[in-house]
Amino acid sequence: MTQKIIIEPVTRVEGHGKVTIQLNDQGEVTQSRLHIVEFRGFERFVQGRPYWEAPVLVQRLCGICPVSHHLAAAKAMDVIVGAGGDQGLTPTAEKVRRLMHYGQIFQSHTLHFFHLASPDLLFGYDAPPAQRNVVGVALANRGLALQAVLMRKYGQEIIAATAGKKIHGTGAIPGGVNKSLTLAERDQLLNGPHPLNAGQMIAWAQGALAFFKDYYKKNKAFIDGFSRFPSNHLSLVRRDGALDLYHGVLRAVDAEGRRILDDVDYQDYIAHIREEVRSWSYMKFPYLLHLGPDNGWYRVGPLARLNTADFIPTPLAQAEFETFKQATGGKPNDMCMHTHWARLIETLHAAEAIHDLLLDADITGSDLVVKGARQAEGVGVIEAPRGTLIHHFRVGANDLIEMANLIVSTTHNNEPMNRAVNQVAKTYMTGQKIITEPMMNAVEVAIRAYDPCLSCATHAYGRMPLEIALVDAAGCVLDRKRK
Amino acid sequence: MATFVKFTLDGKIYLSEDGAPLVEAARACGVFIPTLCNYTGIPPKGACRICTVLINGLPATACTTKVVEGLNVQTSTPELESFRQAIVEILFAEGNHLCPSCEKSGSCELQALAYRYRVTVPHFPYLFPRRDVEAWHPKLLKDHNRCIQCKRCIRGIRNPAGKALFAFGKRGDRVVINIDPVTSQNISDALAQQAMDICPVGAILRKGKGFDVPIGRRTYDRTPIGAELRS
Repeated sequence: MTQKIIIEPVTRVEGHGKVTIQLNDQGEVTQSRLHIVEFRGFERFVQGRPYWEAPVLVQRLCGICPVSHHLAAAKAMDVIVGAGGDQGLTPTAEKVRRLMHYGQIFQSHTLHFFHLASPDLLFGYDAPPAQRNVVGVALANRGLALQAVLMRKYGQEIIAATAGKKIHGTGAIPGGVNKSLTLAERDQLLNGPHPLNAGQMIAWAQGALAFFKDYYKKNKAFIDGFSRFPSNHLSLVRRDGALDLYHGVLRAVDAEGRRILDDVDYQDYIAHIREEVRSWSYMKFPYLLHLGPDNGWYRVGPLARLNTADFIPTPLAQAEFETFKQATGGKPNDMCMHTHWARLIETLHAAEAIHDLLLDADITGSDLVVKGARQAEGVGVIEAPRGTLIHHFRVGANDLIEMANLIVSTTHNNEPMNRAVNQVAKTYMTGQKIITEPMMNAVEVAIRAYDPCLSCATHAYGRMPLEIALVDAAGCVLDRKRK
Repeated sequence: MATFVKFTLDGKIYLSEDGAPLVEAARACGVFIPTLCNYTGIPPKGACRICTVLINGLPATACTTKVVEGLNVQTSTPELESFRQAIVEILFAEGNHLCPSCEKSGSCELQALAYRYRVTVPHFPYLFPRRDVEAWHPKLLKDHNRCIQCKRCIRGIRNPAGKALFAFGKRGDRVVINIDPVTSQNISDALAQQAMDICPVGAILRKGKGFDVPIGRRTYDRTPIGAELRS
């Protein structure tokens, strides 16, 4: 008798999803799917609004990384007002935006690793849920938990200084920014009282990396083997191949490291990337057009970025990058749990980049906005904490938005997350009649490595919105667990 | 030479110029009376009714009342405050006011009053009217979703020839304030900015110049509406 296991709801960006796992007569997993069951509709209701509203409106997609949506839309609108391209903005505008973005990367990566992922690492994915959460981390390692809170606070303070407030600010406007840093703000962020200063953040980011590498040494088999599968990888890179989270060209490599998308201008993304619609999910499945949906799917995010970039342009992160690359002999890394390692290297890079930007005189400049010849269509792409984020708008002659297409990071990772769920399900649920909490969390651990926004909901202490049911082919529930 | 008269505000006696608008006289005395349709320098209309006070015990709009000798005014009672809150709630429920993406957020008088009266969820059902954004003008954009029909723009914005740039269109509950295509031709950037500034909400926007005032420097970021005065 075939059986279907349903995990519902799991949540995505401010929404819900579910996982279904199909078992055959022998109890073997035959198919697993991560369904996204909520419709958001931002692409539709931004239509008819004035183009300068887009950066402020679309960031409401998310309360976790609104800066990414804010900046991606602003970059698209830079093109609309004739200030797009590599040299479009004034140095001050470009650097203030970069500072905002690296502050976002720093706080989001910190949030993910310490608040969401570290409980699994510290206590094990099969530890009791009452312990396996951020409160458990605080009780077991007070210093680590306090450090996590303060690192995140520092990133949020950078966002507030550049965007006006910590969540849903208005700093980036078409063609530039509406404020730069005052000298007082710059000095506070650079040399503020211990520990909230740039130097301490670099030291703590190094400490976080040391923590992970120590864990890796002791748990190599799990970190290397959990939910591992080959894939393509896509991200922005700087024109010289450097890791660049704010601006660059689109590059993709296959599982062997061969270029399958060779540094193309993201204004032409539509010529290279398509989205497939599947009837069972509201989240589309992007793929590289020339490879088709079966072979053209790819990963985005920290792991993909370190697979596509040639180097990291800050010294401490570059040294860690070299160690990271040695783990796979220079080939693309397809180990799912190594995403945490890559994320922490990026956290260190963000801290270094913040430090460098705060030392740059342009960050307090007054030349904020530039405009050129008005364009009808613009694309903005940025590397959000969770991966490549594409915003594409067409604006009418009357300044109202006519078309919007947003491909968010979690969407790019749709196929990889489905494969990860499938692989973990095969490993942990084949032949099972009873669903245990560790089985459910194993599925979550795989999804969580991609850092979709559902991570925060599934780790909400005391309210774990995850339900899993084991039903037979006739719809009879054999077992159901909810947490 | 100005003649001064004695009048009473909330039990205290003050001096004011004879015939001064009550809203202005109260402000000069340090007493806040909320307004929306009223704007210094243009004739009062008494349209929004939020400035309703008790004059000699009877309700009347403060913007259309002039100070005379012996005027006895009560600016704030629990009933008046509840009435004002209801007006703000009705205006929110009647239009489509999406503060999170509105350029006027932080400088919007309706939003500021909603904070003052602690409006969280209106007690009235949202009407969600289907309204357009009028975007044909090269320098101005009229978002009918946000218009509260206070007529400040009709009364206060005129071209160099003295003609109004804005006018009512349609009738009854479908009434809208439109940009006049004839009188608004070739207006200056300064006049377009004046039109945006006179609007108490975000219904009139200048084109191509959005969100240029950073959070922290907007009108009500540091001082909530009326906070500098006693209510």
